[in-house]
Amino acid sequence: MSHPASASRYFVPQPSYWPLVGSCALLLLASGAVLMMNSVANGGFVVLAGFAVLTTMLFGWFGRVIGESEGQRYNLQVDRSFRWAMSWFIFSEVMFFVAFFGALFYIRVLSIPDLASPAQAALWEGFQNSWPSAGPAATDPFSKMHAWGIPAINTLLLLTSGATLTWAHWGLVAEKRSQLIIGLVLTIALGVLFLGLQVFEYAEAYGHMNLKMTTGVYGSTFFMLTGFHGFHVTLGVTMLTVILFRVLKGHFTAERHFAFEGVAWYWHFVDVVWLGLFIVIYWL
Amino acid sequence: MQATSHTGYAGHHDHDSHGHPTGWKRWVTTTNHKDIGSMYLWFSFVMFLVGGAMSLIIRAELFTPGLQYVSPEFYNQMLTLHALIMVFGAIMPAFVGFANWMIPMMIGASDMAFARMNNWSFWLLPPAAILLTASIFVPGGAAGTGWTLYPPLSIQMGMGMDMAIFAVHILGMSSIMGSINIVTTILNMRTPGMTLMKMPLFCWTWLVTAFLLIASMPILAGAVTMLLTDRHFGTSFFSAAGGGDPVLFQHIFWFFGHPEVYIIALPAFGVVSHVIPAFSRKPLFGYVSMVYAIAAIGLISFFVWAHHMYVTGIPLTGQLYFMYATMLIAVPTGVKVFNWVTTMWRGSLTFETPMLFALGFLVLFTIGGLTGLVLAMTAVDIQLQDTYYVVAHFHYVMVAGALFSAYAGLYFWLPKWTGHMYNETLGKWHFWLSMIFFNIAFFPQHFLGLAGMPRRIPDYAQQFADFNVISGIGAFGFGFSQLLVLVIVVQTVRGGARAASRPWDGAHGLEWTVPSPAPYHTFEDPPHFDQAEAHG
Repeated sequence: MSHPASASRYFVPQPSYWPLVGSCALLLLASGAVLMMNSVANGGFVVLAGFAVLTTMLFGWFGRVIGESEGQRYNLQVDRSFRWAMSWFIFSEVMFFVAFFGALFYIRVLSIPDLASPAQAALWEGFQNSWPSAGPAATDPFSKMHAWGIPAINTLLLLTSGATLTWAHWGLVAEKRSQLIIGLVLTIALGVLFLGLQVFEYAEAYGHMNLKMTTGVYGSTFFMLTGFHGFHVTLGVTMLTVILFRVLKGHFTAERHFAFEGVAWYWHFVDVVWLGLFIVIYWL
Repeated sequence: MQATSHTGYAGHHDHDSHGHPTGWKRWVTTTNHKDIGSMYLWFSFVMFLVGGAMSLIIRAELFTPGLQYVSPEFYNQMLTLHALIMVFGAIMPAFVGFANWMIPMMIGASDMAFARMNNWSFWLLPPAAILLTASIFVPGGAAGTGWTLYPPLSIQMGMGMDMAIFAVHILGMSSIMGSINIVTTILNMRTPGMTLMKMPLFCWTWLVTAFLLIASMPILAGAVTMLLTDRHFGTSFFSAAGGGDPVLFQHIFWFFGHPEVYIIALPAFGVVSHVIPAFSRKPLFGYVSMVYAIAAIGLISFFVWAHHMYVTGIPLTGQLYFMYATMLIAVPTGVKVFNWVTTMWRGSLTFETPMLFALGFLVLFTIGGLTGLVLAMTAVDIQLQDTYYVVAHFHYVMVAGALFSAYAGLYFWLPKWTGHMYNETLGKWHFWLSMIFFNIAFFPQHFLGLAGMPRRIPDYAQQFADFNVISGIGAFGFGFSQLLVLVIVVQTVRGGARAASRPWDGAHGLEWTVPSPAPYHTFEDPPHFDQAEAHG
């Protein structure tokens, strides 16, 4: 049944129920979300059930992958496959953010100036081309999010976390276990701190600045872009925590530790997206 | 052969002898690229029949002027679901099925790079199909916006729209996972000696297609996510009152939508590039130029999206740019058509069913490509926007292009999959019925469009009546001819003449060096690869 890992033999995993479980989870999540958004009773329970099944699937599936990895089932070819796949996955994530950055660009460069143009004056009298803008029909005043407060601190936090993660990686390669663990813990702590400040910023926006998701295009782009980024940071912190637990259990060697590297790539990707956000959402 | 003789037949290896579930459990849990490929192909055929039935409801309603059978709302839902199901449920999964079956065998790999994730890519399709079809029965019915889901209509629709949005999300996940798998398999699992420029063209087309999918599906996911938040969470992306713009959706959608056209067309090109050389008994003419043409088409497809939007008020300079950029795509496409024709030049041609479908593809796709050039011209397109000319154009590309090529591939590789030859007489019947009825159905639609008949409307003026009758007859004839496929495939799976390992004497490639049917695990060790089976 099991072949020893070698360069000449291909690795094909055994049959598995996890894909089907994952599909059921997504069907539950999607139908639950549809019910919830249309105010049909019990939609929330369906979503919760979907999350439960999805979590079970993630634990089961990744548990099996980790088991296979620690059982020396993966040869160098599998390792290269993982590297290709993670790169392409991150590329797809980049393209997801491109859609939202593109929407922001379009709104600021085309849609707002056009709505303020003389051609539209009959429809939207007196609307001025400015940014931030909640659109010509907005009446509720709101305040702009400034770059040089919490966002600047958050930039510093994320950049530092990239450095601590690299330092941890050096520790792994040089087989300095304490450096590895301290580096990982620091990275996770910086990520959690970032998320905490982000939550605080959202609370400020809703509580004191009257800046909401419903605040025209400014609110839409601000909350969607920073929200999806925050979601990705949450995923990154979760993955880093898994890596920390695996390190504590003695997984990874100085030569073979792609799971660590893959998560590190992901973390740097999240970092780079933040720099883009900081510039075009907060600063400019 | 010598290289594969020790890889054995199904059941020979310890892999197969125990631990593999049987019955329905085999299909649910499988990590075998052939099982998964078969599931993709069967799924796509079922969805093809579902989407086809919807198109017949449309044609029945259009058979005479006035409203006969269905309400305008239901008509709109049918045309929306017909398109979504045919694009995402029938054509794309069919080519992913081919990719699953053929890519590992063509490059000499044991399986896809991520066999378990491969199974998930497939099993994500049924939940999406359930969401789409079930949306007909919820209050407000299914999405009735057309497959383009344009706001503001898509913001006003009922919960059926939300179901379509989540279906698109799930389909997108499936496509992205499938594509990452295919790219990784092609880049990392080729047998030693098979350089990229010796790789079968079908693999090349899928490599570029998978890149297009990874780059464009997340864009679509972003677009429908913005729709969802505009519908339920009060954002203003597509609302002018909040500073947004409905046209923004069209830009994002078509930034995905145009590469999507080539996502469907490129694998079709790949199949035809195998079939025509095999039945011409000559190597493909201009392999290297084919590869560059594929790459060029893939690249340019990201820079032409607004040719779908000439009438939205984009500036004149924008119209001119998109017009010329669109016409530029005709250059690499022309290279491909030239190479296929030149491959046949002075070849020893025979006309078995796969070759017939490939030739049908070549003729009709060229017509569809030329009407595409007509529509690329801004001044002409402003007249033809949203008329039946557009409908005729993209059915020549989607049906006569993609579907005919998929049939060519089906008949070409069916002996390898089943170990039996299909019934050649029935196959030829299938081709000629399809060819004739397809043209009866869609050719008159060019005239309807030029005469000004708008699409997506269940009623029309009297002067369009005759051509609609002809088109309706063609559509029903075409639809029922497709049932022949079911008969032929079931017959071939159950029995028929034994197929040799290389049933087509002109075919090249590693897949023809293994027995028919191909063993459950084809290459457990990388096979020997030399110039005899190379494509470049």
